[in-house]
Amino acid sequence: MATSAPAWAVLAVPALLAAFTVAAVAGDALLAARAGGRRPSVAAAAGPLAEVPRLLVAQRRTTLAPDTLLWRLGLVTVPAAAVLAALVIPFGGVTASRMSVGVVWFNAMEVLTWAGLWLAGWGPNSALSLVGGYRFVAQGLAYELPLMLALIAAAAGAQSLDVARIAAAQAHYLWFAVWMPAALAVYLAGVYAFSFLGPFGSPAGRDLAGGVLAELSGVDRLMVAAGRWLLLTAGAGMAVPLFLGGGAGPVLPAWAWSAVKTLAVLGLLVWARRRLPLVRADRYAELAWVVLIPVTIAQTLAVALVVLKLGGPP
Amino acid sequence: MTAVVFGVLAPVAAVSGLLVFRFRSMARVTIALLVSFLASGGLLISLGLGYLGTVVILMMIIEMIIMMVFMIAYMMNPAGLIQMTMHHNQRGARAISVATFVLLSAGIFATPWPRRAGAAPPDPTFQLGKALMGPQMLTMITLGFTLFAAMVAAVVLATARGRYDRFGDDLKRRPPSDSAGGGVGR
Repeated sequence: MATSAPAWAVLAVPALLAAFTVAAVAGDALLAARAGGRRPSVAAAAGPLAEVPRLLVAQRRTTLAPDTLLWRLGLVTVPAAAVLAALVIPFGGVTASRMSVGVVWFNAMEVLTWAGLWLAGWGPNSALSLVGGYRFVAQGLAYELPLMLALIAAAAGAQSLDVARIAAAQAHYLWFAVWMPAALAVYLAGVYAFSFLGPFGSPAGRDLAGGVLAELSGVDRLMVAAGRWLLLTAGAGMAVPLFLGGGAGPVLPAWAWSAVKTLAVLGLLVWARRRLPLVRADRYAELAWVVLIPVTIAQTLAVALVVLKLGGPP
Repeated sequence: MTAVVFGVLAPVAAVSGLLVFRFRSMARVTIALLVSFLASGGLLISLGLGYLGTVVILMMIIEMIIMMVFMIAYMMNPAGLIQMTMHHNQRGARAISVATFVLLSAGIFATPWPRRAGAAPPDPTFQLGKALMGPQMLTMITLGFTLFAAMVAAVVLATARGRYDRFGDDLKRRPPSDSAGGGVGR
């Protein structure tokens, strides 16, 4: 089913990721316009995108005694992590960089945001930024283990860490979303958490005057602001092979089904992000460790027992 | 290809490891160490050990960030902003490190390296899993229990509050009085 990709596919990944991200940001702007009582229009949808050229030419803010090296390193890491994570996501039948341990790679690249955001908070020598960076680390301690266990549940269901094989294991059988609902829910919460959007947006929260974004302007701000949406898109894209059958579907070709499913997950995440309250990292930590870790362990155990009994996914 | 990757990553790992002892800020020191570990993880991947290499990258990012938080918190100046150095006991350290380097290098040249027997397995990850869950099961169980016991012991030693502080002298107070509220309403 999955073929090894030509070399140009590696270049197509950032382009495709950016295209889906633009759609997500435009959709979010439309929802914001509706919520604000304005008419949802093309101009409203293009609003955030019109910011891009302004940010590209705007002057960088400088602070007193910043750690410039670490600051820049952290800022670059956020969008880079999203692109690196997206390399292993199969789109249709093609994976840009097929790895036998793709799930672990995705996890490792998503964890790069820990370093990226902490450094982005540390670099400018500003208290509000630093608090934002620490908030993300606290949030990371809470979301990471349940997310890992959710990924393990999908990998156990397909008996493989190769993302393309996980998708193929659902091609003619039940989607993993059907018999791993807890893993899917925890995974989607993890996507919000590592892209610090929606209920997990407190590292860049308004109560901190923007947190990690507080001291950022110009291209620096663009990298982190775009990076979090790229991360959200990469997370939505990964949900498709993990839980929604990858490119499998009737009539349409595989790439079209991948696109439709990615847009559906992305749409759900963008819509629900306005409906969910902000979750504080300290409160989520207890929920994650006391409730979500046992739930995801039970989910993985159930998956393992089913696979052992049936010799494969149902 | 492997030679090119090695030629890039090995110097990066060595130089950033050296930078750990050159930088004067705890944040930079930790990131230099992290870069060294990331390059080592990349080397493992280029050797065909995809799982081990990726797990090294994954674990080291988490570990270094958590370590950085604690190292900065425990530094003897506010927020770790005053310059520091990683050197201690310089003369002894130099003697130990030179001796270790000579010993290990001598070992590389003195060992009669075995020739490769058979071919590489198609999926080394599967092989690793079988070894861990088969012949090395006892090792892993012991390791797991030891680590878990160490964690519980460390938390018990570190926390100033016990159940009597939380639930009252007769252990009947509900909900318990906690300094920080939790997310599940306890």
